[in-house]
Amino acid sequence: MDLTGFAERVGTSGTVSIRGRSSRTVERTVNVDIDRVVTAPNGVVEYHPDEMTITCGAGTPLESIRNVTAENGQSVALPGSGTVGGALSVGRSGIDRLGVGPVRDTLLQATFVDHRGELITVGGPTVKNVSGFDLARLLVGSFGRLGFIARVILRTRPVPRASSWFETDADWSRVVELQTVLYRPAALLWNGDRLAIRLDGDPDDIAESSRRFGLSPRTGAPFAENEFTHRWSVAPIEVPAIVRSARAPVWAEVGVGIVHHVEPQPSRRGTPNRIELRLLDEFDPDRRLNPDVVFPQ
Amino acid sequence: MTRPADDFIVDLTRGVSHVHRNPIEVSLFDHDASTIEGRAGVVVYPTSLDEVVHVVTTCNRHGRPFVARGAGTGLAGGATPLDGALVICLTKMNRVLSVDPVNRLAWVEPGVLNLDLSRHMAAMGHDLHFAPDPSSQQSCTVGGNVANNSGGPHCLADGVTSAHVLALEVVLSDGQVVVLGGEEPEPDGLDLRGAFVGSEGMFGIATKVCVRLTQNPPTVRTMLLDFTSVRDGADTVSSIIAAGMVPAALEMMDALCIEAVEQYVHAGLPLDAAAVLLVEVTGLAHDVDAQAERVAEIGREHRARTIRVARDEAERALLWKGRKTAFGAVARIKPNYYLHDTVVPRRRLPEVLDEIYRIVDRHDLLVLNVFHAGDGNLHPLLVFDKREPGVMERVHAAGEEIVRASVAAGGVLSGEHGIGLEKRDYMSLMFSELDLEAQAAVRRSFDPSGLANPFKVLPSPASCGDVQHVPEGAWI
Ligand SMILES: Cc1cc2nc3c(=O)[nH]c(=O)nc-3n(C[C@H](O)[C@H](O)[C@H](O)COP(=O)(O)OP(=O)(O)OC[C@H]3O[C@@H](n4cnc5c(N)ncnc54)[C@H](O)[C@@H]3O)c2cc1C
Repeated sequence: MDLTGFAERVGTSGTVSIRGRSSRTVERTVNVDIDRVVTAPNGVVEYHPDEMTITCGAGTPLESIRNVTAENGQSVALPGSGTVGGALSVGRSGIDRLGVGPVRDTLLQATFVDHRGELITVGGPTVKNVSGFDLARLLVGSFGRLGFIARVILRTRPVPRASSWFETDADWSRVVELQTVLYRPAALLWNGDRLAIRLDGDPDDIAESSRRFGLSPRTGAPFAENEFTHRWSVAPIEVPAIVRSARAPVWAEVGVGIVHHVEPQPSRRGTPNRIELRLLDEFDPDRRLNPDVVFPQ
Repeated sequence: MTRPADDFIVDLTRGVSHVHRNPIEVSLFDHDASTIEGRAGVVVYPTSLDEVVHVVTTCNRHGRPFVARGAGTGLAGGATPLDGALVICLTKMNRVLSVDPVNRLAWVEPGVLNLDLSRHMAAMGHDLHFAPDPSSQQSCTVGGNVANNSGGPHCLADGVTSAHVLALEVVLSDGQVVVLGGEEPEPDGLDLRGAFVGSEGMFGIATKVCVRLTQNPPTVRTMLLDFTSVRDGADTVSSIIAAGMVPAALEMMDALCIEAVEQYVHAGLPLDAAAVLLVEVTGLAHDVDAQAERVAEIGREHRARTIRVARDEAERALLWKGRKTAFGAVARIKPNYYLHDTVVPRRRLPEVLDEIYRIVDRHDLLVLNVFHAGDGNLHPLLVFDKREPGVMERVHAAGEEIVRASVAAGGVLSGEHGIGLEKRDYMSLMFSELDLEAQAAVRRSFDPSGLANPFKVLPSPASCGDVQHVPEGAWI
């Protein structure tokens, strides 16, 4: 994989912006002249199902990753239809976060290009690693502001033997009851009076749980990924109040705190704090990497 | 005997009540559980956020380095103070502040002991626990777990500490208090929480931790498989993972370790085995049945001689006791041990283990292997008698070779114990000068003063690219 060529395209000066497949719109941008637009290398370099790791270019479409890993009954917990690098830079999880965990936990190692056009490697190649500071975490959700990810090693996970959607009428007390009794559901989505549930695991266990707790089968998730223009991030304890006060239909990820909403979330921070400013000064002092992206979003 | 007070001490005592200066008492803090000796200056035990802020601010004003300390069970010298640094011992800040059993999170102070947190949940009647379970869990603190991003046998399926920390309240080296992360899933901005976890006390002092709690599994099955070759055991590990299973735990012990443990706990371990695997599968009943069956099948394909399934909680506890007290058991062989911690890709386990046996032979030492095989996390335990002349040199030489062999096999320096002082000067085996500069830049961003636990993790620029030992005299 030609990382050096990518680093050269990012170069040492001028404003540069990186594009994946533009599958997700960055919500807030500013008008800045961009000298160059680059894309990260594309392709799977290595895949070791018995290590639960896959190495690929950050420009690799998630679809390719899904196809490659599916052959071995595995997947990577990155949602969407964009590229690996895009999903990591945006850092937003899919609706099964309750079951598969946050995007940040999938990244084991990253090699990125910094503002000097240099390649920097953070993290490690194995599923477990505490060698040095955990810089890989900083790249997830950084919208490319610290550097452009070139190549990554991701953690794969086994695809559950079965995965089914259910639903039930539920006021908040029923939601809480199910949240307490269900064992590790993959998703609990609530719109104020219906609860959609995804159960992953052994088919007999799933059947038993659904019988025991009075759940009816349904096909698929209750909403499409791009149906809502906004997602709110709130403490899970705030979910009932936010769902109740919404003026238009919303779906909330119970136990997680993402609310899929038609309105933008009020009171997002929008300006970097002191530590973030120092990090931006260290990693991109001239603000030439994705300068058009407002950070934090 | 107490040394005369200087301005620093006078200022310090204005805002923190527990200040210890008695040399004998203070000398207990010269080291952690590693063999690396430092020198503590003053030791303080803050009891509140305000006291921590006062201590840190005072250090900052006087340009004095400080070292956060939990229980001091760290194995890499992370909590070892150098050059008379002030030690901030957080064990008196040990309250569980709040628990949300429905959303499964709790705010705790950093001095809460790891196992006490899970016990606290049980006592409150919640079917929940804190997933990271280091073998030292009876004595290590949550703050230490955070700073070292600690792991344990059950981190294979559920992830190490980082995956179980949602937010942190931190006192930065200038005394400012910040909250990193949050109860919400996607806080604005950079994942500073993620960067702080594993920062080994060098980014600031954690004064509150919001932890994620994990449901207790309804069904647990613990199995012991025994093999006449280490390779068969290791191949079983890879095959289990390749078959699409991530057991809750997948631990391995080799012959010498089995012998030591068996004499210690009498768990009925097969003394003629070359290796045993302790496999635990958890979940709902059908899933556990299916997984246990598949594990047994894979074991038999790799010539497992016997497959013992724990019949009840008592037997399960006994098997785990064997695993978790391995460190105590070694005392029967030799009085001292040096525990290493590296990770290799699982498929390379057999050859790296062979290499470790060869290295240890060459240095005329003994090694017991007891480790987290599921994630390739090796724990070669070198046992020796430090009164033997020249033995420490051999222990360190063998250790260095083990670290190099692991990295050469595509592995990493540490899986859970951290870098501290122990592996600081090996960092360039894994990272280029530019990589290390980036790590230093993050450290500067959190702590521009450099007063928080200095000289750890990052090699000094002079030794970059040229692996050297921690300065002479640092080893006992
Ligand atoms: C017998 C034995 C078995 C072990 N088994 C395991 C194991 O299975 N897995 C594993 O991962 N580790 C294991 N360890 C290592 C050790 O127990 C862990 O690293 C543990 O998390 C350290 O916790 P502590 O409270 O003792 O921290 P300390 O040793 O006191 O400190 C460790 C580091 O954390 C920093 N620190 C402590 N508290 C804070 C705070 N509040 N804010 C900021 N920084 C802080 C210190 O400066 C230091 O760098 C074992 C150790 C022993 C002795």
